[in-house]
Amino acid sequence: MFEQHLAVLPIIIPLIAAPISLILGRSILSWLLATFASAWACYASWQLLAATLSDGVISYAAGGWQPPWGIEMRVDTANAFILLAVSAISTLVLLYSKDSIEKEIKAPQHSLFYTAHLLCLAGLSGILITGDAFNLFVFLEISSLATYTLVSLASDRRCLTAAFRYLVMGTVGATFILIGVGMLYMKTGTLNMLDLAARIDLYDSSRTINTGLAFIMVGVSIKLALFPLHMWLPAAYTHAPSAVTAFLASTATKVAVYVMIRFVFTVFGIEHVFEKMGMNYILMVLAIVAIFKCSYMATVQSNVKTVLAYSSVAQIGYMVLGISLVSATGLMAGLIHIFNHALMKGALFMAVGAVFYRMGSVDIKAFRGLGKQMPWTMAAFAIAGLSIIGVPLTAGFVSKWYLVVGALEQSNWVVAALVLAGSLLAVIYIGRVLEAAYFQKLPDSEDPNKIKEVPLLMLIPMWVLVIANIYFGIDTSLTTEAASHSAEWLFETNQLKEVSP
Amino acid sequence: MMAGFYTVISANNLVKKVVGLNIFQTSVFMLYISMGKVDGGTAPIVADGVSLYSNPLPHVLILTAIVVGVATTAVGLSLIVRIKQAYGTVEENEFQNKDDAI
Repeated sequence: MFEQHLAVLPIIIPLIAAPISLILGRSILSWLLATFASAWACYASWQLLAATLSDGVISYAAGGWQPPWGIEMRVDTANAFILLAVSAISTLVLLYSKDSIEKEIKAPQHSLFYTAHLLCLAGLSGILITGDAFNLFVFLEISSLATYTLVSLASDRRCLTAAFRYLVMGTVGATFILIGVGMLYMKTGTLNMLDLAARIDLYDSSRTINTGLAFIMVGVSIKLALFPLHMWLPAAYTHAPSAVTAFLASTATKVAVYVMIRFVFTVFGIEHVFEKMGMNYILMVLAIVAIFKCSYMATVQSNVKTVLAYSSVAQIGYMVLGISLVSATGLMAGLIHIFNHALMKGALFMAVGAVFYRMGSVDIKAFRGLGKQMPWTMAAFAIAGLSIIGVPLTAGFVSKWYLVVGALEQSNWVVAALVLAGSLLAVIYIGRVLEAAYFQKLPDSEDPNKIKEVPLLMLIPMWVLVIANIYFGIDTSLTTEAASHSAEWLFETNQLKEVSP
Repeated sequence: MMAGFYTVISANNLVKKVVGLNIFQTSVFMLYISMGKVDGGTAPIVADGVSLYSNPLPHVLILTAIVVGVATTAVGLSLIVRIKQAYGTVEENEFQNKDDAI
């Protein structure tokens, strides 16, 4: 029974579990249920990835209505790959959150946290799986609404204004996407992505479609926090509870990058977006500015969570840069970076959450002397930090390697040099934290006996991610195979379209 | 559409921002509804002697989008209630700390 509906399981399971978790009400029960649901969704997405790698695309007609009339769920390697990353991170974060949220969220709201987390997971999985442009908007709003709630759950009052700003920006972004999809529907009369792709080719340079493209790109850019539209992100990530930040930083914006890839490559086609509209130059410039401006901002912050939040915007720059190279290698680098960045940012934010758990602060001053007091946490931070910088034998190296290779393929020396220069800024902002942790003494006001390692349930997920960072840095076969497979597939669908008019 | 968008950007009062957001969204709903109109078509109900209908699909889509809009407004307003409790104001320029600005 489950095999038949495999394609919708990653959406359905968390969606059903969410209200049950609210009804259960008890923190521990909700936690068990949420972890179980998330792990099951993760297992289902693993099966999906295996199925797409062996058999190709899986199409599922929701409610038995055949596409293009009904809503189609469409799983190919690209989204199964990201789906696996999202649901795996969600499971790890849930394991981690049991102890973490005790210090950051008031007890009566614990089951609400799990409910919102599951809804967010359901929304994100929905965005990834769906093959329908309007359905994508609906899932985007489901995940976003859950996210606003999650951000506002923290005990610090500043989280409220951060959540409100995020809500305004996010809603404007989603409404822009809605307008864009409306424009496309107006011209083509269909909402199914593949059907849209075929028909957009017929109206070659219609102004309605170009306007729709512009609206969608701006809307998605707000959601993925591309450089000038990223203002909501640092505040939201800084003031949200640590477990929420770990989840959002490694999944929500990545899924938005996927939406951009899907619209650019599948719906509009690279020829239209890049050759006729010249979007790649806009994206490339914005991505490079994002890398430098936000890496610089990260080096001057004193709150470590803000440092990592700015670093996230910079890393999104790398992903968008990969897309803007308009080559299979560039796209592959972007996809690998989505996966790897989820691993490293998840680990980093979990380590910062662990520091908050013990010290009650995430200011860089609170990190002084922690290298001795919390060796495991800080070792995790160090390794994940090295991965962000892109040191060989870590996952970050692999994605930067392919990014540079992609740039060199087009003899784009400037971009390759800028990517490497951007990594140097990462050395500074990660280095500042490590310097405080390892080379400065614990202040006298703190009692060294009180500051111990965090509970095991927080350390294990953190270290699973760290080991994954090293593993995917050494054995790259799984990530590169899946990413190159999907990059080729995304390019091939374009080629096919060019042949059949 | 622009009126709502302008209000979102310019309004100082958070409630007004949410109202602006609502106007913005509603105008997009109107955009959708208007494109379902077929010249000379009637309401999309199967009846004898009627062969020309308006396109019902945009209406259905917008029903979903209205639900989304209502949910967004609810979350926005409840955030404002909590901001009022925490800060004692909903006027943007009255937040003292720069960190708190929206």
